[in-house]
Amino acid sequence: MSDSVLQIRDLRVTFNTQMGELRAVRGVDVDVAPGKILGVVGESGSGKSVSFLAAMGLLPKSASISGSVMLDGQELIGAKKKFVRSVRGRLLSMVFQDPLSALNPVHRVGDQIVEMIQSHQDMSTHDAQKRAVQLLEIVGIPQPDERALQYPHEFSGGMRQRVVIAMAIANDPKVLIADEPTTALDVTVQAQILEVIQTVQQRFGTAVVLITHDLGVIARVADSVNVMYAGRNVESGSVQSMFDHPSHPYTRGLLSSLPHEGVERLQPIAGFPPNMLAPPPGCGFAPRCAFATDACSAELPALRQFDDLLTSCIRAEDLRIRSNS
Amino acid sequence: MFRFALRRSAWAIPTLLLVTFLVYIALRMGTDPLASYMRSNPRATRSKIAQYKELNGLGSNYVTGYFSWLKNFVTFNWPKSIKGSREVWPELKDAIANSARLGAAATAVGVVVGLAIGIFAALRPGGKRDVAVNTAAFVGISIPPYISSILLQLLFAVYWSKWFGNTLFPTSGVYPPGQEGFDLVLMIKHMALPTVVVAIQVIAVYSRYMRSSLLDVLNSDYMRTARSKGLSEFRVLMRHGVRNALIPVITIAALDIGAIVGGLIITENIFDYPGTGKYFLSAFGNGDFPLLMPLMVIIVASVLLFNLIADISYAILDPRIRLD
Repeated sequence: MSDSVLQIRDLRVTFNTQMGELRAVRGVDVDVAPGKILGVVGESGSGKSVSFLAAMGLLPKSASISGSVMLDGQELIGAKKKFVRSVRGRLLSMVFQDPLSALNPVHRVGDQIVEMIQSHQDMSTHDAQKRAVQLLEIVGIPQPDERALQYPHEFSGGMRQRVVIAMAIANDPKVLIADEPTTALDVTVQAQILEVIQTVQQRFGTAVVLITHDLGVIARVADSVNVMYAGRNVESGSVQSMFDHPSHPYTRGLLSSLPHEGVERLQPIAGFPPNMLAPPPGCGFAPRCAFATDACSAELPALRQFDDLLTSCIRAEDLRIRSNS
Repeated sequence: MFRFALRRSAWAIPTLLLVTFLVYIALRMGTDPLASYMRSNPRATRSKIAQYKELNGLGSNYVTGYFSWLKNFVTFNWPKSIKGSREVWPELKDAIANSARLGAAATAVGVVVGLAIGIFAALRPGGKRDVAVNTAAFVGISIPPYISSILLQLLFAVYWSKWFGNTLFPTSGVYPPGQEGFDLVLMIKHMALPTVVVAIQVIAVYSRYMRSSLLDVLNSDYMRTARSKGLSEFRVLMRHGVRNALIPVITIAALDIGAIVGGLIITENIFDYPGTGKYFLSAFGNGDFPLLMPLMVIIVASVLLFNLIADISYAILDPRIRLD
């Protein structure tokens, strides 16, 4: 797997809270291929954002992190703060969920991009400003030279998210992490933002991690996908295989809770995700799973290869036969 | 912005008239200026009384009285003080200069130290230094100036001279008795203790403002964005954190400064410091209407002026605010 530009192995994140240890991420592996889009899906609290905030080194001090995050062959977990800071925004950058609050209201949009450029490149302010205007043009902002002089409140939500993307790609990063970039936007704007992200990926060969809870988004733009549940990967592989023949009951549940042709009633997944202060000893999904046996709750299921999917379900073989018949 | 300032300045005139009218009524009802005049000048002739009444606009009708006072005021035909011997303006001018000097020094020290302490506390909310700052601020707010003044006077004047044979900081006045002309070192020495007394209050208040304002800002999303750019913690804190946290604090500070011209009544009287606070108390005690009214006008004008400054500084600091 050395061809991955971002490789995460056995990442664990634990928050020390007053109620005890909250184990938000419990051994996650991620491989992001250069220039490809990896979709990361999961419910709220499944650990998808936390995993990548940990990779960015943006978690609060109350979080203890272990495992390995290799970016372009360099280890980030346990690395010197100064080194992680030099990576952040240069090789690895991030787009956040809410564009309305992600930009500093008191600085001009162009200046915020200039700040990003100058924190990693030795460039004169004049050149950096030119570059900022260029970036705004790339992400599809009309009249970029005038818009660069405006403040965030003069932009709509979608336009602000474009600005955040322009800022994130300012130093031509290897990997762009987009944490639910379209969740706070309305549907028509969502499609435009996804297009911008795809444009960036294709034009600059930037690998993208697209965190979302929207399978429609994954189907549309991602090359491969990680399905997360209760702080672990339950299934990962190519998007095509996951939609064609999902092996894990949770993935199936997700797919059947989506509207599609010929289905009149949607089937939601019954129950709630487990409490991560005291996660179940076995498969995290077992309490909600229709196919669960006693063995499921006994120990954590390992990820196993089925065709081109990695699945963490001990009953995967049985279920595959059942669904084929 | 300029149009806003112009419009607000135009509005300041009717406001000033209305407020001074209310002050005029309050002073007449509260102090009975004519009775005070006759008490101070028991042998005043009828014509003297009539002249005093005329110059100060003390006729029986408040409205016409106010306007005749106003006419004399704006034409600089100011009445002399109640004893009839002193010009008002030179005295008032000195008092304002003294108070402004004391107020500016105390505010400058207080705001700078207060903001620094507030930032320091907000960096580790709930930590040891946060608790220490909160406690100190609480104590600072709770100690009234007449207690802290006396403690400081005891320490730096009374005990200091016992231990070291000389007083480090004098306890009263602007200069030692008999001093003539300007002397910066003496002036600073005399100002030191009252400045500290006032600054304690300012520090206590502003460290808390700054702390809570900065805590709000530190939790906002754009702070995370700033960190995700790979900026140094110091730059993230100053350019993104403190820059935003200052907006409400500066506005409050501008309003507070406007009130200082009104004098620091307690502190100035304890230190026998000849500012507007001391001026006010003695004039009020004598029912000295000719001394009181101009001071009131200046206090009202300065509050209005600093309100305007607060609004404008708000708009300068926060691009989301548009004044026109």
